[in-house]
Amino acid sequence: MHLLTQIGTYFLLMKRSFSRPEKYSVLYLQTMREIEKVGINSFPIVVIVSLFVGAVITIQTNFNIENPLFPRYIVGVTVRDSLLLEFSSTMVALILAGKVGSSIASELGMMRVTEQIDALEVMGINSASYLILPKIIAAVLFFPILCLLSIIIGLVGGYLSCIWANVIPPSEYIYGIQYAFYPYYISYALTKMAFYALIITTVSSYFGYYVQGGAVEVGKSSTRAVVQSSVLILLANLILTRTILQ
Amino acid sequence: MIEVKHIYKSYEESFVLNDVSVRFDQGKCNLIIGRSGSGKTVLLKSIVGLIEVDEGEIWYDTLNFCHMGISARQEIRKEMGMLFQGAALFDSLSVEENVMFPLNMLTSQSRGEKLDRVNFCLERVKVAGSNALYPSELSGGMKKRVAIARAIALNPRYLFCDEPNSGLDPETGIVIDNLIRELTEEFNMTTIVNSHDMNSVLEIGDNVVFIYKGCKCWEGTRQEILHTDNEALNNFVFATNMARQIKQK
Ligand SMILES: Nc1ncnc2c1ncn2[C@@H]1O[C@H](COP(=O)(O)OP(=O)(O)O)[C@@H](O)[C@H]1O
Ligand SMILES: [Mg+2]
Repeated sequence: MHLLTQIGTYFLLMKRSFSRPEKYSVLYLQTMREIEKVGINSFPIVVIVSLFVGAVITIQTNFNIENPLFPRYIVGVTVRDSLLLEFSSTMVALILAGKVGSSIASELGMMRVTEQIDALEVMGINSASYLILPKIIAAVLFFPILCLLSIIIGLVGGYLSCIWANVIPPSEYIYGIQYAFYPYYISYALTKMAFYALIITTVSSYFGYYVQGGAVEVGKSSTRAVVQSSVLILLANLILTRTILQ
Repeated sequence: MIEVKHIYKSYEESFVLNDVSVRFDQGKCNLIIGRSGSGKTVLLKSIVGLIEVDEGEIWYDTLNFCHMGISARQEIRKEMGMLFQGAALFDSLSVEENVMFPLNMLTSQSRGEKLDRVNFCLERVKVAGSNALYPSELSGGMKKRVAIARAIALNPRYLFCDEPNSGLDPETGIVIDNLIRELTEEFNMTTIVNSHDMNSVLEIGDNVVFIYKGCKCWEGTRQEILHTDNEALNNFVFATNMARQIKQK
């Protein structure tokens, strides 16, 4: 499809998704379900990845600046800032694009090809608002929590590597992660994550909602959803970093 | 009563519907028949508005469906029930939740009232007691029945069925057909059924429309269909050699 048509269709779909829901009680219930699906179920992967990455950044940073002129606590500062500025928002978002994006696109795609979306429409229900809006709300609310979790677990990972791999003395690390700390970085990370949540859910919903064909097309559209959301996340990262961190 | 007037629909260059005009009466089983790929599904989905026609008018009693906005259409759609070819049950919901779904979304009844209605509908299509099962646990025929129960949950005025007995054995197919006819008479609905199955034509076709290559080629009752001299229709009705020999006798 032509790129402009695609963008137009995407915005029309978003307009339908954000129209007044049939019943607020249904929206609430659906959102709770989605929070479980996109949020709670992503806990394990975020925890595992953040723990290991936190540990690895600590070891690598120490290795790279093994210079007696630098105080050791610099390692802690670097780990904290890497997590806050890039890893826990952008990298975690890319991982979630793979996990959540593909599941949204294939769920909606399957509903499309088995005519479940048509069935909703024939009942007189706005299928876009019923299916997509709860996903968007759930992700925008919950992804920042995952981001916060990732920061904390990443820092824990670094600490554990100090203890078990004798990278730097744990006390230096603890001092480092508190040294020259801007709380502003946290809101920066959370804001970015909320934008990424919007990108992942809306882009994946778009690709799933407009599938035509059968199982093969559903698979293709879910791949496309992941690729396109990842590219858009990187692009948004550039723009957001430029505008927020002036 | 539903009436379509001169509707056209094409995909890219090829016409799928070409100047189709039909009137579907209330309280009757209206059948749309034709070979696979003749445009039956496109016609049915155009009537319910899932496909936008290029030209023509679709009337629901005194309302022109084509000129309506989304919200006005939603009001009419609340009076529609539709059975899709693959049943289209929501697979994350149990049978009970599937049938209750339209009630949850579109009415403000109490849970007790809704449950009563669900059980009445399930009983009516003879799958009472399967409330807790999930669609993946149902056979093809049961899926269709549950889908019918969901379609009639809100007491619709219009019922649409896309190939209700495709993928079923002839006997189960007839049971489903008869169910559709009984419900049509019981609730005085305007029913439109797509089919390529001669059994259902002879069983329930009060008014039969034959679609051939996107055009309405013939219209009549099921009694008339056996004595027509329309060649395309004869080829469709008497598809097998044996049937042709029987006709010649
Ligand atoms: N979305 C579409 N895009 C292009 N062609 C389509 C589309 N939907 C249906 N068609 C074409 O319309 C014709 C009629 O299809 P359909 O109504 O599904 O047939 P059937 O009578 O078997 O239900 C077919 O030739 C099909 O290729
Ligand atoms: Mg069909």
